[in-house]
Amino acid sequence: MTGYTFVEKTLARAAGRVNVRAGDILDIQPDVMFSHDNTAAIRRIFEKIGAQNISRPERAVFTLDHAVPAPTTEHAQNHAEIRQWAKAQGIRQFEVGRGICHQVISEEALVLPGEVILGSDSHTTHFGWLGAFGMGVGRTEMAALWATGQLWIRVPETFRITLIGKPPAGVTAKDITLRLMKDKSVGGGAYRAIEICGETLQHWSIDELPVMPNMMAEFGAMSAYIAPDERVLEYVHARRARAVQAADSDPASYRFRPYEPLYPDTDADYDEDYALDVSTLQPQIALPHQPDNVVNLSEVAGQPIQQALIGTCTGGRLSDLEAAAAVVKGKHIRSRLLIIPASSEVLLEATRNGTLATLIEAGAAISTPGCGPCMGNHMGVPASGEATIMSGSRNFKGRLGTTDAPTYLSNPYVVAACAVAGKIIDPAEIIGTMEA
Amino acid sequence: MTNTHRCWVYGDNVNTDVIFPGKYTYTLKTPEEIASKALEDLDPTFATQVKAGDVIVAGRNWGMGSSREQGVTSLKYAGVNCIIAESFSGLYFRNCINQGVLPIVCTGLHLTLHTGDSIELDIANHTIISGGNHYSFSPLSPSVQKIFDAGGLLPMLQKQFAAAK
Repeated sequence: MTGYTFVEKTLARAAGRVNVRAGDILDIQPDVMFSHDNTAAIRRIFEKIGAQNISRPERAVFTLDHAVPAPTTEHAQNHAEIRQWAKAQGIRQFEVGRGICHQVISEEALVLPGEVILGSDSHTTHFGWLGAFGMGVGRTEMAALWATGQLWIRVPETFRITLIGKPPAGVTAKDITLRLMKDKSVGGGAYRAIEICGETLQHWSIDELPVMPNMMAEFGAMSAYIAPDERVLEYVHARRARAVQAADSDPASYRFRPYEPLYPDTDADYDEDYALDVSTLQPQIALPHQPDNVVNLSEVAGQPIQQALIGTCTGGRLSDLEAAAAVVKGKHIRSRLLIIPASSEVLLEATRNGTLATLIEAGAAISTPGCGPCMGNHMGVPASGEATIMSGSRNFKGRLGTTDAPTYLSNPYVVAACAVAGKIIDPAEIIGTMEA
Repeated sequence: MTNTHRCWVYGDNVNTDVIFPGKYTYTLKTPEEIASKALEDLDPTFATQVKAGDVIVAGRNWGMGSSREQGVTSLKYAGVNCIIAESFSGLYFRNCINQGVLPIVCTGLHLTLHTGDSIELDIANHTIISGGNHYSFSPLSPSVQKIFDAGGLLPMLQKQFAAAK
């Protein structure tokens, strides 16, 4: 008998079953369920169901991140309704400025290796970096989860991606993810779970680990998974220890439940295998208007850029800000450079270690942690015809709020270099060799 | 029973940002407002010319991207109750079922049609008739069919909660 994939193991656990196989349809109870600025809309659906209270309030989390600080009265009203609902139901809620749901829930160790997290956000695949099963759900599904604590799911087949080799200097998890997108197309992972493995992972910083799981949303995947290594387990352990020491934390609370990392069996059955050798990969760039419209950066050098953005759940972590600072240090930018940290923790550390000063001295604008313009709400919406390059994940037409404004996706070194040059350029031309 | 439907025909990888732009997701609330933005960045003629009973016919990976339910409800409120595509984004497919909008997986149809053409749809017999050709499609799995038959996830839960009282 063949072994089990990660999703077969974790979904069996969440369904209270001994074992399940791809294709089985289950009712699962997620360990964590979260929503963000869409919480007020979910509440309106929840009330129509006829339920009174959220059935497992200790498992619910609300973040305010998609339009923060509120850009209009309507957005402010939406936030006010969410705060009131969180208070009435006793739900943990993170305020404006704390950061993006996926980053904050990771930093707070609210979901743990081996667990299942469902969020009303497509990038919930992100939590694969912690060895957790993360899946995005719709608003009605989140209302159903609040009402019943469970949701139906078809156990997906698994697509295993093996990354081979050490990436060259200046080639990040973002380049490798974009290259995978080009090779297999958006939709290449449709309906399936992704397991990412291989020697390349050990060359990624802890900040880079979430990039590929996060962008498995663009790949069409249901969820993603990286086997948690010692670095990840230490990260989780340290953050739980920090939380339990905080004055308001009760060690007996649900938050400090025991957990067990889960790993796929070596003889598990995979629907597809794909190997990508990254040892000679060049920096990659996605051209408008799709994340798989990817070419080598050198092929489009010289295209003018009006705005560069370091931010979002894909590319707004400390290592992204530090990469940008390394490129712009001692220079002055020609195009606008927006820095929107993924969380207050990222912002604080970038402030303490001098990264922010370097960026500001070069002319960058710093904004409140959150999703920024990556939904087209505010804080960097481009004018018609203006080109933006960003460290984010989604360059669909109109994504940043303006229909005829092209968006490019690349790694943070490239994004910062483009801000310095005012055009698409290889960062090596700005800072010399990337080995430095 | 066979019904005739007018088609709106689109290609591969149509994403939810062009079906319903993200900038409207927290401020537009009424069905009329939401329907008025349907396909705004894909086909500006759609929202003003769509009629009740029209269907979407598209290529691969319809509805990729965001989890936003308005990707489905904007079309539903505009009168579309069925979307035919070569494949769907998984999240979008779930949102369709939960909203009581029928997602039909059918290969090869969208390349033979133009917007404004008509097809005949026989849901009970899982058949589409177009240009004299018959295309068959798979029924929904039983657990998914149960949600769809209830009219979607909300009406199904409303019944369950009402019965429990």
